[in-house]
This record gives sequence, C-alpha cells and structure tokens, in this order.
Amino acid sequence: MTLVLRPNANWRGFEAGQYVRLGVEVNGVRRHRCFSLASSAHRKDRSIEISARVNPDGIVSPYLKHRATTGEMYTVSPAQGEFTLPERRPAHLLMIGSGSGVTPLMSILRTLHDEHHSGRVTFLHYARTEADMLYRDELEDMTRHRPHLTVVRAYTAQRTGGDLYGHLSEEHLAAVGVDVVDVAAADAYVSGPPDLVETVRGIWTARGLADRLHTENFAAPVAPTAAPTTHSVPHAKVIFARSGVSAPAAGVSLLELAEASGLRPPFGCRQGICTTCTSRKLGGTVRHLLNGEVSHVEEEQIRLCVSAPYGDVTLDL
Amino acid sequence: MRTPIMPVPRLTSEQLDGLARDLDAVRDAVMADLGTPDAEYIRRLLRLQGRLELAGRALLYLGFLPPVWVAAVVCLAVSSLLNREEIGHNVLHGQYDWMGDPALSSQNVEWEGLASSKDWRRSHNYVHHTFTNVLGKDRDIGYGIMRVSPEQKWHPYYLGNGLYAALLMLLLDWGFALHDLEVDRLLRRERAWSENREIHRRLRRKIGVRVLREYVLFPALTGPFFFSTLAANACAKVLRDLWTSALIFCGHFPAGVVTFTEEELADEGRGHWYYRQLLGTANFDGGRLFQIMTGHLGHQIEHHLFPDMPSRRYPQIAPQVRAVCDKYGLPYNTGPLHRQFFSTWRSILRLSLPSRVVTRRGATSRRLGRLRVRTDTVGRR
Ligand SMILES: Cc1cc2nc3c(=O)[nH]c(=O)nc-3n(C[C@H](O)[C@H](O)[C@H](O)COP(=O)(O)OP(=O)(O)OC[C@H]3O[C@@H](n4cnc5c(N)ncnc54)[C@H](O)[C@@H]3O)c2cc1C
Ligand code: FES
Repeated sequence: MTLVLRPNANWRGFEAGQYVRLGVEVNGVRRHRCFSLASSAHRKDRSIEISARVNPDGIVSPYLKHRATTGEMYTVSPAQGEFTLPERRPAHLLMIGSGSGVTPLMSILRTLHDEHHSGRVTFLHYARTEADMLYRDELEDMTRHRPHLTVVRAYTAQRTGGDLYGHLSEEHLAAVGVDVVDVAAADAYVSGPPDLVETVRGIWTARGLADRLHTENFAAPVAPTAAPTTHSVPHAKVIFARSGVSAPAAGVSLLELAEASGLRPPFGCRQGICTTCTSRKLGGTVRHLLNGEVSHVEEEQIRLCVSAPYGDVTLDL
Repeated sequence: MRTPIMPVPRLTSEQLDGLARDLDAVRDAVMADLGTPDAEYIRRLLRLQGRLELAGRALLYLGFLPPVWVAAVVCLAVSSLLNREEIGHNVLHGQYDWMGDPALSSQNVEWEGLASSKDWRRSHNYVHHTFTNVLGKDRDIGYGIMRVSPEQKWHPYYLGNGLYAALLMLLLDWGFALHDLEVDRLLRRERAWSENREIHRRLRRKIGVRVLREYVLFPALTGPFFFSTLAANACAKVLRDLWTSALIFCGHFPAGVVTFTEEELADEGRGHWYYRQLLGTANFDGGRLFQIMTGHLGHQIEHHLFPDMPSRRYPQIAPQVRAVCDKYGLPYNTGPLHRQFFSTWRSILRLSLPSRVVTRRGATSRRLGRLRVRTDTVGRR
C-alpha cells in the first residue's frame, strides 16, 4: 500500500534512505509508526511517498489501507536514520532488500536516477512471490533506461519466473556474480526483516567487510508476552532520555525509580489521581500498577506514579 | 428526589475493597471503549467555542444596538464558560491524555482562567481531588474564606459568610487565581512568602495578558465603541462566574455532603478514597445540553470518582455508579439544580452563625463515629 504525503512548510527535506515517524490518529488515539521514505530526495513538489506492508493484526497499516481518505492530516517527524549514501556517491552499490524493506532502497535508486548517477548498481530483490514484489514494474522500466543497473529478482515462495529462489545465501551472492571479497569497491545496503539483515551481517563479518555494510532493520515493535502478574522483567533498563540517566528496572513505580536516580519529576497525589506526574513515554512497555494492564511499546503519556517498567522503557524526563 | 442521608454506613475493609473493585470495573470498561466519538466530541466543542468567541467579538462592532450587544455578551459568556469548564477543566484533568494529541494534553493546555494551568492543576487536581472534603487538607472547603461545614470553627468573621459567598460568585475567576496564593495560610504564617514567588510571576503574566486583551485590546479594536465593548467583556465574565460558582457550590456544599478528618486518611486505600468521593460530592439533574453548559459538573459524583474519564461518559455510567451505591447502602446525593442551590445557600447562611452547631454535631458524631455530615445544621426533611 503506497501513500503520498504533502508536508507543510516545516518540512526540512530528507536524504535518500531515511525514515520518518508517522503519527496517525486511529480511533481517537495518535499512533506513531516508522516508515522509510520511498520517493526521490529531489522531488520537485516536495511530496513524500511511503509504502507499507499491511499487517492485518496491526493498527496503523490497516487503517491507512482501508479507512484513510485523501485530505487527512498526519504528523511527520523530521527525517532520521543513518541508512544513507555518502556525499560522494559510491562507484559500485550492492543493495539487498526484502518485502517492504525495499522502500529506502527505492528512494536511493530514484535519487541516484535523478542525479544521473553513472556508477554500477546491483539490486538483489527478495519477495515471497511475484505478486508480492513491490515496485516490480518501475524497476523493470528503470533497468531498461539505465545499463548500469542490474535487478536480480529472488522469490522465496515461488519456483518459476524469477532469477533466484529461496532465501539469501552465499550461493545467491555467487550466482549473481557478486564476488563480495573482490568487490572491494562495493558498498552494501541491506534493508528488510531482522533475519535477512542478520544473515547478511554474518556473511559480511566473516569476510571482514562489516564496515562496508549499511543496514536498516524493519523490526515491528513487539510487546513482551510474559504473564502480567510478573512484577518486573529481569535485566530491563529505564532510560531518562532528557537527563541522560538510566537505571535498572525494579518493581517500583517509575516515579520512585526516577527519584532514586536523582531526578525531581513533579508529583502530587502519588496515586494516579491528579496527573501532575504525567510524562511522555518515548518507548518501551509499562505495567499499570492499579489495574495490571501492560501497555504497548508506542509513545504515549503515562502517569509515572502508577506505572512500573515492564521491560526496557525510555522516558522523556 | 433526595436519597435519605442518614445514617451514613461505615464500610468494613472488605466492603471497601469490594467497592474499589466494582468502581474500577466501571472505569475500566469505559476507558477501554474510548475512541473516535470522544475525540470528535472535544474537537467539536473546541470549534464551537472558537466560533462563539469570534461571533461575540464581531457582534460588538454593532454593540450600539442593545439587542446585538446582549447577543454578544451571551456569545462571549458561553464561549468563556466552555473554555473554562467543559474544555479547560476537563482537559486539565487529563481526560484526553489517552489521545496523545499535544493540543489536548493536560500538560500543555493553557486555559482561559486567570490562574495558570500549572497552579490550577496543583490546587485543584492534586489538593482538592486527592484530599476531597478532608478538613484542614482540602482547601476547597469554603475556599479558605467561607464556612461551609459546621466542623469549621465559628469566628465572628463568618458573620459575613453570605457576603463572601456572593462576592466569590461575582469574582470567581479572581478568587480562584488568588486561591493558589493561599493568603489565609500566609497570614497564619503556615506558608512562606517565598513559596509564592513563582506563582506570583505566573499570575502577573497571565492576568496582565488577560486584562490587556479583554479590557484594552478588544475594546480598542472596536474603535468608537470602546466602552460598550469593555462593558460587554466584563459582563460576559461576570455572567460566566455567577453560573459556574452556582454549579460548583451545588456540587460540594449542599446538605448531605460529608466531611472527613485527617486521621481518617492514614493508610487510606483506594476503596476509602472512592468512599470519600462518593460521600463528599453531590449531583444535580439535567439533560445533555444542560450538562455541557455546566461542564458536566452536574455529575460531580462521577467526576470525583473518575476525574480523568472524558466527561461525556458520566451520564452513561451514572446508573452503574448508583447501583454500586445501592449495593453498599451508600447515599447518592442528587436533586434538581434549584433545590441543591437552595440547600447550599441555606447552609451558607446558617453557618454564618454559631447556633446549635455544637450540640447537633455532638449528636451526629456519636451516631456516625468519626464521620461528619454537614446537613446537621440545615435540618432535614
Ligand atoms: C526504521 C524503520 C523503518 C521502517 N520502514 C517501513 C516501511 O517503509 N514500510 C513498512 O511497511 N514498514 C516499515 N517499518 C516497519 C513498521 O514500522 C512496523 O511494521 C509497524 O509496526 C507497522 O505498523 P502496523 O500498523 O502495520 O502494525 P502495528 O500496529 O505496529 O502492529 C504490529 C504488531 O504489534 C501488535 N500490536 C499492535 N498494537 C498493540 C498493542 N497496543 N498491544 C499489543 N500488541 C500490539 C500487533 O498485533 C501486530 O502484531 C519500518 C520500521 C523501522 C524501525
Ligand atoms: S502524582 Fe498524581 S497522578 Fe501521579
């Protein structure tokens, strides 16, 4: 599912490969999700494009797919992320992408295209089936106009019609003629689900090329599934982002934890009534001390006095 | 219709736990159900308030026509009322924090009241809602200037009780702003001047901006109608304050409302806090529009039980709260506004005199243990 957004005057632009945190109101609640930008960084009308895989159990992507209408307003964070090209564009680029992970790679390709870049680009493109392959037609079109671009299509759940089948392996790399050891000039960009990124990292590390590798991980936020009766999760850490302090999570409230770490957050009732201690949780899961409810990992406002860490937590404190 | 007031049952600790469970269940069900309709409701009100204000300001260019002037005053008064009560008061309680919209966050919104949102959240959300009706703790019992409970020691000063109440009704917003300075405690040397420095600074800024806006800038913008606009703006505020204070008095001071002592707070659990909220507040009846115009203060009981629940849900849960009250034999104090208002004023006037309080109070205290019911001075039907 592809979405084109027109940012307002506050938008400072982006570099190919970066992502934004998109804020979408679903059923009254503003949800924030990370999406890589897929458009060229040089688009004249400054509009930006995102492509999202629709996760039927998710909240934001199904909304965008089925209920969003033209003209809705969303919030967009400044573009962020280090998955970008160096100022001096590499002479040989190897890109490996899978599923919706190809979005930042598309941005890189489109941007290079707009820059009339003449270096060699090899794109190893994974998808379950041909139907699942994002941007297939556009890529085909591009290869026709750009002799230096090679797109290798690899299907993991289809046995015909592609260039390669199955998951990424050393053989795949060899088969496309990417002899990684010899291609000292190639910068590798890999983007996709965690297992793909890890496989590639393993191969590159084994060959001593880890510093040539750039990765983008599309991991979805996952809430811990431990029973809500557990009072704390071992080894979890609470980070007070603004003060630059962190503390090991304990069974006590975040307010007590902050105070024990030398912070002075405002408070009143200390029993969840007055909202004096309300703070922004930037990420991580917390357990509500009164009703035992465990939150999801997204950004939200919480009352420190009745919230205990339930896994790693980052607070805007 | 008034629920019989006495005797107020004392609950065992198991019953208090049960009460907490039952009320938590009411709360959790609503909180899990919050969504687009609640978000749309508050945004619609914001838009309505903005339009009313705009209309009021625009009409004042024709302020020389008396009916137009009156219409402008009404628009401005209603806009101001919405800003303070149904929007400001409720948003500052964190009723819309779940939306994650910074424009509706309890921590960001600055309301139209003269008291800064920050100071208001302390004196109201924290002190009043945590220590509701605890003598010596809840500074909203008589706001430090009135005697509204026989438990407050009589002093010749209270001969002016009715006058203070009337003045407060006229100048409620100013009263609230000064309330945060806790002047009475300053005079008794229970509070240091230095504690007020920050509050002073915020107050001066806020009052400066407000006064400039309402009584200089907007009047000046209407050019030759300067004084007509100024008068309209002032009238709108007074109208709003008269109305709001009537509502607030009726939520807390009518007959049947119970006060508590500090000792009862020791080791207080959630059940007892709920119990205190139930007995320390009173409702008044009214339809949907009426409730919006009162900022849902007619559901003071539900509001005190669940201060962070979006107010439009209060009418919906009222029957459930009432059922819980019945289950534990607790009174649910409600009646039409005029009756609650009458009851409140009778109480305020009677309490200006020391008469009969001691003996009546003795009798009540014996019957209720440490519980104190304010009705004892106002008689009962
Ligand atoms: C840097 C970066 C860039 C990315 N770029 C892209 C991109 O370009 N395209 C793309 O498609 N994806 C991208 N992602 C991944 C995307 O952000 C996540 O997949 C995101 O979760 C999608 O949101 P969703 O609405 O589909 O699902 P979500 O609503 O996030 O749901 C994800 C899972 O969490 C569960 N869940 C959701 N809410 C709760 C809750 N309250 N309690 C418990 N469980 C819950 C759901 O059941 C579901 O299984 C990127 C991620 C990162 C980190
Ligand atoms: S301190 Fe009152 S809600 Fe946390």
